Amino acid sequence: MARKIRVLIAKPGLDGHDRGAKVIARALRDAGMEVIYTGIRQTPEQIANAAIQEGVDMVGLSSLSGAHMSLFPKVVQILKEKGAEDIIVFGGGIIPVDDIPELKKAGIREIFQPGASTEEIIKYIQENVKTT
Amino acid sequence: MSKNIQEEFERWKKTTLNKVLSKAPEREPSFQTTSHIEMKRLYTPLDTEEIDYCRDLGFPGEYPFTRGVQPTMYRGRLWTMRQYAGFATAEETNRRYKYLLQQGQTGLSVAFDLPTQIGYDSDHPLSDGEVGKVGVAIDTLKDMEILFDGIPLDQVSTSMTINSTAAILLAMYIAVAEKQGVKSEVLQGTIQNDILKEYAARGTYIYPPLESMRIVTDIFAFCKEHTPRWNTISISGYHMREAGCTAVQEVAFTLADGIAYVEAAIRAGLDVDSFASRLAFFFCCHNNFIEEVAKFRAARRLWAKIMRERFKAKRDESCMLRFHTQTAGCSLTAQQPDNNVVRVAFQALAAVLGGTQSLHTNSRDEAYALPTEDSVRIALRTQQIIAYESGVADMIDPLGGSYAVESLTHEIEKKAAEYIERIDGMGGAIKAIESGYIQGEIAESAYQYQKEIETKKRIIVGLNQFQIEEEPLRDILRIRPEVERYQKEKLARVKKERDSGRVKQTLSVLKKAAQGTENLVPPILEAVRAYATLGEISDALREVFGEYKER
Repeated sequence: MARKIRVLIAKPGLDGHDRGAKVIARALRDAGMEVIYTGIRQTPEQIANAAIQEGVDMVGLSSLSGAHMSLFPKVVQILKEKGAEDIIVFGGGIIPVDDIPELKKAGIREIFQPGASTEEIIKYIQENVKTT
Repeated sequence: MSKNIQEEFERWKKTTLNKVLSKAPEREPSFQTTSHIEMKRLYTPLDTEEIDYCRDLGFPGEYPFTRGVQPTMYRGRLWTMRQYAGFATAEETNRRYKYLLQQGQTGLSVAFDLPTQIGYDSDHPLSDGEVGKVGVAIDTLKDMEILFDGIPLDQVSTSMTINSTAAILLAMYIAVAEKQGVKSEVLQGTIQNDILKEYAARGTYIYPPLESMRIVTDIFAFCKEHTPRWNTISISGYHMREAGCTAVQEVAFTLADGIAYVEAAIRAGLDVDSFASRLAFFFCCHNNFIEEVAKFRAARRLWAKIMRERFKAKRDESCMLRFHTQTAGCSLTAQQPDNNVVRVAFQALAAVLGGTQSLHTNSRDEAYALPTEDSVRIALRTQQIIAYESGVADMIDPLGGSYAVESLTHEIEKKAAEYIERIDGMGGAIKAIESGYIQGEIAESAYQYQKEIETKKRIIVGLNQFQIEEEPLRDILRIRPEVERYQKEKLARVKKERDSGRVKQTLSVLKKAAQGTENLVPPILEAVRAYATLGEISDALREVFGEYKER
């Protein structure tokens, strides 16, 4: 039997805009996933540690403050240093399209832009996590 | 007369209306506002029968202020056109301010970056990546001097979106004024200073609620003596609305926070009539036009009653709800961004018809980034077109007396009052926030709203209907990465040049004050004058007060 997908939704940096993160967390739960939401003001270290401790399949990062170029790659990097590069990191928020190639190069697998539906995000996660 | 209307209404329904309904049903079985208030097909005098004109509406500039807080409203003076702006360094933001003033803006509104808002200097590890991003970076008085360089502080009014570090930024503003030869008594402006909604929605808290409330009331007391024309708080529904709550919840949660501040100030020994007239409010204006107009009118009437009946305020000014409005950021779409100009125009019009005292209109590109200069100009022009061309500013409360508007005003007031009663039952806003009740209500509404969009129960033009193939906007404002380094170097220079003995001494005086009960603003002002950094001052208080952790 397929196990439940586990996802950590996290708010790196000082940004307090958590409407999107909370909506996504709830939508993923309603789609049958196990979701841990970190709350706001997390450092990349805290997020990576939580992801490892909770044994999640994926980490979703949300940032609307423009700090994504510094913070998102750090999460990926720390996961890698701790031997947890199998945890897939994706992100969303106010992220200019021109930043996306660099973020992807740094190992963030997908970026969702304003207007993305929860359905798209659910589909993305389901298609990219092996549950059997 | 009303019997006649009732009979005629019934006759109309049975004949004229039914003839059409039997052949062509309406678009929806029922129509609702964002607050789940049922919008009737038609409002008639029957819906306003309970309203007593003199008691419930009255006249502008008089209790209960339903029709507006000034006797002449915009016929006397237009609302203040105040675009929230700030990015990168004080140098760059100063240039944007001068541009905006040149374009006819009538007040300044400072956006600070997150480290400034949360009490970290630009060289703090947690500031990494955030310096100058969502607003201007301020580390010391030096930055504030640059920010207002060439802008005479006795001639502008300045609003500052600053909360947990409000006392520090206010002190810096006063110190800059001193250097310009301007006395604090003439300074006009507002600090947001609304810490409760930071725990509920916005997130820039530092200290635990009780200690934060002490700083808030210390500011009230200080300003009463030293800056009598300054709005000491801007009790904000905006961010809770942006976080997802409905119009009714926005009124309810904001006024519940207002009640908590008034209670705290009274507990701190202040007489209600000595500070209440300096309380200001800040609301959002979203898409549902009539509901928004009614919301502002309802909030005014409800606050007036709370101040008079609950707090026994004697002066009419104490009962006046004066407010700033910003159009709804969360209503902007990244898709077909020019459509946002139209959205903003309708929202701005609703705010004006609702009697706002000042207004920020969002820019079309804000679903992407902070706005470019061109986009901000269109946003400002939108206000100017409403003010000078539309004619709505030439009469007071032109929608007053509309059966629909009056009925909704009444309904929103009633529903908000019920919410406040529930919050009172929990022990007030602080308790309702500590228990997570308000956050839960906001999150629930936000989720429902998103579901409505995804199931197309709610149509957002260009997002879930009328989409086109399009390229994302690329011509957006970018904050140069050098900003962080530049800001850190500037900070290092200031630290080297200042009298470090004096800094140490003022910080230790501040800490002692925090351990005792004396007003914290004067020692903060002394530290600011000595060029102590925002981070050092915040740390001094952190050591005494501790830090709040989100539940």
